[in-house]
Amino acid sequence: MKILKLFIIIIILITNFTKGNSNESKDNLVNKISKNIRCLICQGQSIYDSQSDFSISMRLVIKKKLEEGLTEKEIYDFLKDKYGQWITYEPEFNKKTFILWIMPILLFIIGGAILFNRLFVKKY
Amino acid sequence: MKNKILLISLILFICFCLVVLFKGLNNSNVYIPETTNKIIKEFKSRSLFSDDEISSEKILVNSDYYILNIWASWCGPCRKEHPKLMELSKNPSVKLIGINYRDNLKNAKNFVKKFGNPYSVIFVDTNGIISIELGAYGVPETIIVNKDKKIIKKFIGYLDDKSFKELNSILK
Repeated sequence: MKILKLFIIIIILITNFTKGNSNESKDNLVNKISKNIRCLICQGQSIYDSQSDFSISMRLVIKKKLEEGLTEKEIYDFLKDKYGQWITYEPEFNKKTFILWIMPILLFIIGGAILFNRLFVKKY
Repeated sequence: MKNKILLISLILFICFCLVVLFKGLNNSNVYIPETTNKIIKEFKSRSLFSDDEISSEKILVNSDYYILNIWASWCGPCRKEHPKLMELSKNPSVKLIGINYRDNLKNAKNFVKKFGNPYSVIFVDTNGIISIELGAYGVPETIIVNKDKKIIKKFIGYLDDKSFKELNSILK
């Protein structure tokens, strides 16, 4: 009987622990997405930092969508569909943004090549 | 010779950056995505003057055009555009639907009593979820929807004379 009681207590504890964890992870995901979404009113801030009414509403929408079972990508797609690409701080790779993504890599390679040339090739 | 090539490529690179910058400066900084032709999805909420939950599907019927107006009693520009909404409500081919955004219900009711009620229905959007799902940018905002529930035009901000004229030309 004692073993049965102990078993039930352990089960209850494990269930509560995982429940708490899933809520926590949901909140973390809401925060993670919110940090990458631009505030509609105060465009220099993310909705995570802003306390404007629209930012609060948007955080609630993100939470609701997560509860409905949408994935992180689906939530971004939903918001991009409503507000356009600019709503996210991290622009996706497409024909309009490719320079933005390629330029730093190109500059890094060119700079690296110049440095390599100056430091090693010229010596020998 | 090598230095000259380097200098020329540097100048060309700076010129390229300047062209990109000036082109960027000429672009409008008002980001309004293409929202027309998107179909309004069903939303449900309680009405301002009754506790019954109502569905947009039951409201968006029997009219050529629907005008969704997002407003709040605490919003100054909403007061400014209110006479224009009152005028619009006289148009028989248009159904005006209010969405009361994050408001104190008592204040919202007083607002409508004081300035008149142009809306056939007012949805209460207590937490702002309906407005965000409609793609709203702020308060006030006016969305024209046709009988197929497709968004025809969006007016962000209050209806000034110019946008009111444009709105009326769409409804003709």
